[in-house]
Amino acid sequence: MLTVQDLDVWFGHAPDRVDAVKGAEFRVAQGESFGLVGESGSGKSTILRAIAGLIPSWSGQIKVDGKPLATDRRDRAFFKTVQMVFQDPYASLHPRHSVDAVLAETLRLQGMDRIDQRIAQLLDDVGLGRGFRFRYPHQLSGGQRQRVAIARALAAEPRLLLLDEPTSALDVSVQAEILNLLADLRSEHGLTYLMVSHDLSVVGHMCDRLAVMQHGRIVEVMEVDDLRAGRGQQNYTRQLIAASAGYSAPA
Amino acid sequence: MSAVSRREWLLSDAPQTRRQARLGAIYQGWLTFRGNKLAMLGLIILVLLIAMAIFAPLLAPQSPYAQNLADRLQPPSSAHWLGTDALGRDILSRLIHGSRITLFIVGTVALIAPVIGLFIGTVAGFAGGWVDQVLMRITDIFLAFPKLILALAFVAALGPSIGNAVLALALTAWPPYARLARAETLTIRNADFIAAARLQGAGRLRLLIRHIWPLCVSSLIVRVALDMAGIILSAAGLGFLGLGAQPPLPEWGAMISDGRTYILDYWWVAAMPGIAIFTVSMAFNLLGDGLRDVLDPKGDKS
Repeated sequence: MLTVQDLDVWFGHAPDRVDAVKGAEFRVAQGESFGLVGESGSGKSTILRAIAGLIPSWSGQIKVDGKPLATDRRDRAFFKTVQMVFQDPYASLHPRHSVDAVLAETLRLQGMDRIDQRIAQLLDDVGLGRGFRFRYPHQLSGGQRQRVAIARALAAEPRLLLLDEPTSALDVSVQAEILNLLADLRSEHGLTYLMVSHDLSVVGHMCDRLAVMQHGRIVEVMEVDDLRAGRGQQNYTRQLIAASAGYSAPA
Repeated sequence: MSAVSRREWLLSDAPQTRRQARLGAIYQGWLTFRGNKLAMLGLIILVLLIAMAIFAPLLAPQSPYAQNLADRLQPPSSAHWLGTDALGRDILSRLIHGSRITLFIVGTVALIAPVIGLFIGTVAGFAGGWVDQVLMRITDIFLAFPKLILALAFVAALGPSIGNAVLALALTAWPPYARLARAETLTIRNADFIAAARLQGAGRLRLLIRHIWPLCVSSLIVRVALDMAGIILSAAGLGFLGLGAQPPLPEWGAMISDGRTYILDYWWVAAMPGIAIFTVSMAFNLLGDGLRDVLDPKGDKS
């Protein structure tokens, strides 16, 4: 489904150039849920944005469905295959557009028909009633906003969802709801997930495999069972697991 | 439908139709605006001004052009509420008819300048690179001249008339709006909701018009309302210098200019149009303040 090879991403020009990602390589199989974990600034969100075409300064190869992507241009087929859910639902919805306007515009851009029915269907899918249809973002809570953002991402009926820490801006009880929703949607629609998180328990819950990142490099790709059992090959992975275990209550 | 239920319908948290949602948002804004007493005062003054302009021939007790040299420079009295000027014309009638000219100036400048500014600013901010450089340097050149001097130069080149004065004012007033729109665009253009729309395949033009403009327009409207006073004063300044409205048009600035010769002995000739300009400028300022409360997306509304 998704292959990333030898990916370098940088910001800025020569003297001030920052290399955010260095030589990243991983592949995500069809129907799989793949996690990217690491501390802040390790380059995990940058990889997602490069895949989505939001960062033009990268080199290497990214293939979706076996087709290599151009550096900055993405075609219609790409937008219909790959969609993204952003980290902060307070920043990812246009403050002047109602839920209806957001979804209608998205559906129209994606060339869908029967827009009215589809909006109702999408709202049902993400667990928002139809009463939410004409609300503006300031009339929604954080969790409801994130549900709208997920509905927007689903509007194109994509097969690969890029999830950029979709729950880190929400409080704990809402986090669980959104994670369950994402898990349900994945099994219903047969989606493939590429999920970024700094929270190992979230990744442990959601993903099949994961890559551990540090300073822009992928340190290790491991099975989620190894993560749960605390079996890291690399020193840094073990440190990360120990740190997160120390943070959550000792079970 | 009783008043209470209509109010509830408008303020509903879960609107059922597009129309209800839109009307509800407008009503919410109106409530915020109504809470600001001074802004309401500004709005009332401006509504009165507009009514005055519409019904000028009915309201004015005399013709604004009728001269009566026997009655020249009369102080305010029951026959001439605001006195008469050097040619014996009734100042109240001239003020009432002058409101049309003031509204024409303000309205035209307010239509032209922010639109030019919005377009140049958002295109510059959104496109970036050399487009940004070129557009902003042009803006800088316009900004480098004092506004009135540049307007004077335009009018001098085009010939003195009220239309040319308006054009000159509009051409000199847009650079601050362009700067403002560009600054807004720069903060918005990397926002996640723009990235999300881009991921749906939205083109640049759509992003600019549907996503960026609605967020820039509100701060521009506020800025325009606050700048109105300045525009009225600039127009009056051009009129005062003889480059705006030509006699015998009852333009307020030109009326002050006429009264300047007699300002010590016959104060009302200059003071009455001065008071009118002051009142309208203040009304626009108050309105702008109120609009900022309603429209500024950064303001805390919840």
